[in-house]
Amino acid sequence: MALNAKEPKGALKDKWRLYNEHKDLVNPANRKKIDVIVVGAGLSGGGASASLAELGYNVKTFFFQDSGRRSHSVAAQGGVNAAKNYQNDGDTIYKMFYDTIKGGDYRSRESNVYRMAQLSVDLIDHMTAQGVPFGREYSGYLSNRSFGGVLVSRTFYARGQTGQQLLMATYQAMMKQVKKGTLTQYNRHEILDFVLVDGKARGVIVRDLVTGKIERHSAHAVVLGTGGFGKIYYLSTLAMNSNVSATWRAHKKGAFFANPSWTQIHPTALPQAGDHQSKLTLMSESLRNDGRIWVPLKKDDDRLPNDIPSEDRDYYLERRYPAFGNLVPRDVASRAAKERMDAGHGVGKLKNAVYLDFRTAIGKLGVATIKERYGNLFTMYKKITGIDAYKEPMKISPAAHFSMGGLWVDYELGTTIPGLYAVGEANFADHGANRLGANSLLQASVDGNFVLPNTISNFLANEIRTGPIPTDTPEFDEVEKAVKDKLEKLLSIKGKTPVDRIHRALGKIMFKEVAMSRNEKGLIWAIKEIKKLRKQFWNDAAIYGEANGMNSELEKAGRLADYLEIAELMAKDALSRNESCGAHYREEFVSEDGEAKRNDKEFMYSAAWEWLGKPDWKLHKEHLEFHDIEVKTRSYK
Amino acid sequence: MKITLKIWRQDGPKSKGKLETFQLNEVEQDMSFLEMLDMLNESLAVKGERSVEFDHDCREGICGQCSLVINGQAHGPESHYTTCQTHMRSFKDGDTIFIEPFRAKAFPVIRDLKVNRDSFDTIIQAGGYISALTGNAPEANNIPIHHNISESAFDSAACIGCGACVATCKNSSAALFVSAKISHLAKLPQGQVERKERIEYMITAHDEEGFGSCTHTGACAMVCPQEVQLLDIARMNYEFNRALCKAT
Ligand SMILES: Cc1cc2nc3c(=O)[nH]c(=O)nc-3n(C[C@H](O)[C@H](O)[C@H](O)COP(=O)(O)OP(=O)(O)OC[C@H]3O[C@@H](n4cnc5c(N)ncnc54)[C@H](O)[C@@H]3O)c2cc1C
Ligand code: SF4
Ligand code: FES
Repeated sequence: MALNAKEPKGALKDKWRLYNEHKDLVNPANRKKIDVIVVGAGLSGGGASASLAELGYNVKTFFFQDSGRRSHSVAAQGGVNAAKNYQNDGDTIYKMFYDTIKGGDYRSRESNVYRMAQLSVDLIDHMTAQGVPFGREYSGYLSNRSFGGVLVSRTFYARGQTGQQLLMATYQAMMKQVKKGTLTQYNRHEILDFVLVDGKARGVIVRDLVTGKIERHSAHAVVLGTGGFGKIYYLSTLAMNSNVSATWRAHKKGAFFANPSWTQIHPTALPQAGDHQSKLTLMSESLRNDGRIWVPLKKDDDRLPNDIPSEDRDYYLERRYPAFGNLVPRDVASRAAKERMDAGHGVGKLKNAVYLDFRTAIGKLGVATIKERYGNLFTMYKKITGIDAYKEPMKISPAAHFSMGGLWVDYELGTTIPGLYAVGEANFADHGANRLGANSLLQASVDGNFVLPNTISNFLANEIRTGPIPTDTPEFDEVEKAVKDKLEKLLSIKGKTPVDRIHRALGKIMFKEVAMSRNEKGLIWAIKEIKKLRKQFWNDAAIYGEANGMNSELEKAGRLADYLEIAELMAKDALSRNESCGAHYREEFVSEDGEAKRNDKEFMYSAAWEWLGKPDWKLHKEHLEFHDIEVKTRSYK
Repeated sequence: MKITLKIWRQDGPKSKGKLETFQLNEVEQDMSFLEMLDMLNESLAVKGERSVEFDHDCREGICGQCSLVINGQAHGPESHYTTCQTHMRSFKDGDTIFIEPFRAKAFPVIRDLKVNRDSFDTIIQAGGYISALTGNAPEANNIPIHHNISESAFDSAACIGCGACVATCKNSSAALFVSAKISHLAKLPQGQVERKERIEYMITAHDEEGFGSCTHTGACAMVCPQEVQLLDIARMNYEFNRALCKAT
């Protein structure tokens, strides 16, 4: 099967308009005859649900939390980008497109990225109209901040809770449609598999997490907005129940998975404190505006940070990257921290952290100013660690954060299964090999609110005569049986190793060899270890309780089973790319001064993997062409 | 640390529940409260026993999914923390800790420590939104909003919908939760058009869902993890009375 990105013809800036002028539409009277299943109630799935319901389609939305308002978009702190140019600092849609393509190290599709930049402008209007209390100047006009990797101020924010506020607006728009009767929500429901009829996605098999009941639901099209899978590393900034199961099971039904190994490791999360740790809380990137990052110059220096004089400190980011200093992009900052820790300069009980120090800024600006800028973050730090960061430097550490990889989608956000769409972090589009800060709230919202509702009509226009999709068919029987068998199989293991313990072991393998820095030997080792762990899981996982009732251990086990499969593909993907680009840093492919070295001649493509069973995969390449931007080496020196 | 746990176990909404005792001997101060429960569940899994069900997701105090009444206090001993932000350093070696679900008529227990908070969704469905459809919006800077008004709207909008206010209130009232949404939207110019209908519908939904009335004790605001202010309840009452007298 050849990949067809379906990019519209025409100049970059005209593509979206031309697409809309020529696509097929569904008559409003026909829309209520059409059912759409949306999985996910975050910014992408929630936005799609509300917008499709507003258009008059019958929407069913599924998610595993008890309310859509708890989707993990809620945790985003920093902000959302838009090329409004309110600051008169020369921002344009093209500049935003340029920054995003460069930030992604020239590994994303031009037309999708340009559209995201174009629609960013409308998104701020939309969210403001919904009541999002964005930060404002004393004049009453909207305020902006600056984020890593760009030279303009285009980030809109709602204190340190931007994701929460955008999600509240999205959730409220959904609730309005629930009341109107155009949207039915299924909370505490998990998607376990997909039903294809004549090659088209026509339904899902879900488990009601309260009763354990397996249900069938059909529709004319299915949209996945199921978020990222950074939780595969066990320790991550994601939610405990974030998973890859929905996209992975779609993959096993024929959807190609693109660039699975490209994971953003965020440089400023709280370090692991012990083996029991379940989650790494993010400390916003904005702290790097005033905080200076350092480690002791001497290895294993046991002195308290405040007792280490300046001459015994190594401000390694300022040393290595004089131009951007502490504000280098995330991948660069994370790698530099790892390099110092590996060299024996890590701090803290487990030697797994570096210092983020506000002493200089407090000396210059005073405690009051620092409190005003970052008060909520310092409070959060204190709640978790018990330490007062006004007096002592914070300890921070890199943590798995964002999946640039995801289901391969074309310009319409359609996967390789007709009728199956992927929006938000669940797809691979827009961010290339490294995501810029504040671009993914944007992508998720724009995909859900503006792109998908417009592109899906091109598919649904052919469905107006289809009629309701029945669920009492052999196709549904077969998938439901497979789902039930798998649950029974999990419960019949009755082993001795707790599911979380296996997940932690997987996380360790992945973080060691398939994260910030990779090499051939390590990746081959990782694949071997993953296979071993998969065996251990299926032989000895301790999963008890029943299938037809609430059972969180069974839920976790199902998700881990999928992680244990995609883990192998991630390692394989990393192994197949003999270059360094963005977050994918292969130790064999670096410049003389240790920076990432791309190989555009051989690897200017997105890797889209096709499932062949067993597990085994076939690689398809979407070659990337850059007509509107000059391809350069990414440098922050 | 050695910790004794007395945990509420209940199979389903209609079953009778009871406290069950567990002992953990290797709890560490650095652990979060929920990691301590993870440890308990791992030990149960190894023994082939059913795990203790509790709600959680983000584990960073923002999603509102975690709940629990710990030693009689919603979200545990520290004021304005969520359960997931609570750490074992707030307890001592040898402590006995009572863990129960959020209790309220409108929050029926599903199993063990998980409760059903769908009634909160129902209240928002009644009117907790601005009906600006996708594509309707004017240019964002066309309507300037005073910095302080926007900040104050944020203070109310920060509610995470956890329900600790309800679990704490002796009347099981959701007044703080409802008032947070009413205030968020009433403070903003965009929220003016639907102001009257919003308060009427939301209050009706609140009462129909089985929440009690507010008698201004203020216990809710003492536990609220987002420090939503009692003043919002006063504003809600103002909005309610205003709606009685005004046509729009
Ligand atoms: C801590 C943190 C901070 C961040 N900060 C920023 C920031 O400042 N700026 C920025 O731009 N981006 C930020 N990001 C990234 C951004 O928040 C996410 O990429 C984005 O919100 C993802 O939205 P989404 O709709 O794709 O997924 P989510 O919001 O994660 O929603 C996923 C939905 O899918 C449902 N779901 C998943 N699997 C299943 C299943 N199997 N069955 C049923 N339902 C399922 C869930 O219930 C949920 O409703 C941050 C991310 C994190 C983790
Ligand atoms: S008002 Fe406070 S306590 Fe009540 S639901 Fe909102 S955040 Fe929770
Ligand atoms: S788990 Fe999200 S607020 Fe506690």
